[in-house]
Amino acid sequence: MAISEKDIAYIAELSELELTSEEAVQYAGSLNSIIDYMAQLQELDTSGVEPTTHVLQLQNVFREDVVKPGLSREEALRNAPNRTKTSFKVPKIL
Amino acid sequence: MLTRLTVAETIKGLQEKQFSSLELTNAYLERIEALDKDINAYITVTAEKARKQAAASDKRRIEGNALSAFDGVPVGIKDIICTKGVRTTAASKMLENFVPPYSATCWNKLENAGCVLLGKLNMDEFAMGSSTENSAFFTTKNPFDLACVPGGSSGGSAAAVAADMAPFSLGTDTGGSVRQPASFCGTVGLKPTYGRVSRFGVIPYASSLDQVGIFAKSIEDCALILSYISGKDEMDSTSVPVEVPDYSVLLDNGVKGMKIGLPKEYFGEGIAKAISDMIKAQAQKLAEAGAEIVEVSLPHTGYALPAYYIMATAEASANLARYDGVRYGLRVERDNLADMFKATRSQGFGAEVKRRIMLGTYALSSGYYEAYYNKTLQVRTLVKKDFDDCFAAGIDCLLTPTAPTTAFRLDEKSNDPLAMYMSDICTVTVNMAGLPALVVPCGELGGLPVGAQLIGAPFAEEKLFRSGRVLENERLIPQFRNREGR
Repeated sequence: MAISEKDIAYIAELSELELTSEEAVQYAGSLNSIIDYMAQLQELDTSGVEPTTHVLQLQNVFREDVVKPGLSREEALRNAPNRTKTSFKVPKIL
Repeated sequence: MLTRLTVAETIKGLQEKQFSSLELTNAYLERIEALDKDINAYITVTAEKARKQAAASDKRRIEGNALSAFDGVPVGIKDIICTKGVRTTAASKMLENFVPPYSATCWNKLENAGCVLLGKLNMDEFAMGSSTENSAFFTTKNPFDLACVPGGSSGGSAAAVAADMAPFSLGTDTGGSVRQPASFCGTVGLKPTYGRVSRFGVIPYASSLDQVGIFAKSIEDCALILSYISGKDEMDSTSVPVEVPDYSVLLDNGVKGMKIGLPKEYFGEGIAKAISDMIKAQAQKLAEAGAEIVEVSLPHTGYALPAYYIMATAEASANLARYDGVRYGLRVERDNLADMFKATRSQGFGAEVKRRIMLGTYALSSGYYEAYYNKTLQVRTLVKKDFDDCFAAGIDCLLTPTAPTTAFRLDEKSNDPLAMYMSDICTVTVNMAGLPALVVPCGELGGLPVGAQLIGAPFAEEKLFRSGRVLENERLIPQFRNREGR
């Protein structure tokens, strides 16, 4: 199940990453050797085995819907790379 | 020398007024100044804040208002744990200038207990790595041999404690990131049960596997610290409301009548024979102290590492989607939003982080989800069941190697990701099953430390401490001091 450079371009797109053609070649190489190694999982018969997403047997964790102090607007905005007085500022979307 | 004291000795010294917190803090800051230019454990040293905190602690003690036994004890914190007002980078260019507006619960608890922050410790970027070579800033060196890695991802936390640049430190462990560096640097290292310590404010890598851990110079210290940082936290819905015992009280109850398993899969191919032999010698010590040693089998161990790397990277690909240049962190300006996201992420993340995001994205993508991601979750069930069966059969804890080798050389594996992943082969199972595990220094090979790993059932940290105490007789850290003449 080899990953081609075309696949890498698609995965990079899904990951919101841009790669140079040199990087694409390097990642294709290393991801292929990693995926080859992962292929041994296919030897193991897991039919009928329930998947475990989480080790704790937690179901929904509920709490009362009560307003509590949180970050102030200024604290929440302090690390913003670009902002107005009250909001995060982003480049145009369309 | 104050920097050689354990936490327990430090607490006693402070209580008996043999020294002040400011004297102690200055001793650590001087040592960091002298040694860290070679070791590079700290990304940020918070000298000014530390002296202020220490002076305030001394004032509280004089007035009889100490916040806790820990009041005035210094600590170093892995730079993935948010410290309000102190830059927290995750060793990434993405967060190079990020100053968190709140503190992680684990640091909050220590700060409320009066601990003094010495600084923030180096790591692999976003905890992705096993050598600290993936830090975006610099590589930490192993104090025992500066040509070797300290392990990772919490390499700075391990090296700082090993070199007496902090009496204890916090790290995080997703697949061995506390235990493998503890083994490489000759410190005690604890990865608590999943849910024991709140993850709130810890920058996430793989949320179902991440857990805050402790580096210390003794098991007693580790037990003392665990009691302070554990417990249910309403800010982390995966923290567990299991009572937190005073772990330090039961330390010397011994191992008489305990059943300790040696899982045969951890002593075979891929593990250096000298290390296997050393761990088996530890089993002998436990037997002499009255434990029954039993060979056991965890048959799915061989499948754990590939499953782990799919599971962890899948979770990471989702967790790291938040770095988009909007709310905090790096932004690389572009004319439109989509280009800004890509430019920011491409320049902000290092090579290994990008590799793991892509691997995880691939495993979750349409057409591969069943074959990869879902398969790994089934393997997780089987790996966990192997452990459950052992504990159900009356095994109290398991004894294994921590890593297949001692610390490897800088650059030895940095260009071969798969070889790097293999160094986690003895540790990832524990995170998949959510278990606690303790690493205890047990000797040296070729001048480099070796740690034994004890694995317990969920919330059985106390049994790990009791077993670890039996092995603890020879500490490795003094040998670093003698050899280096430092």
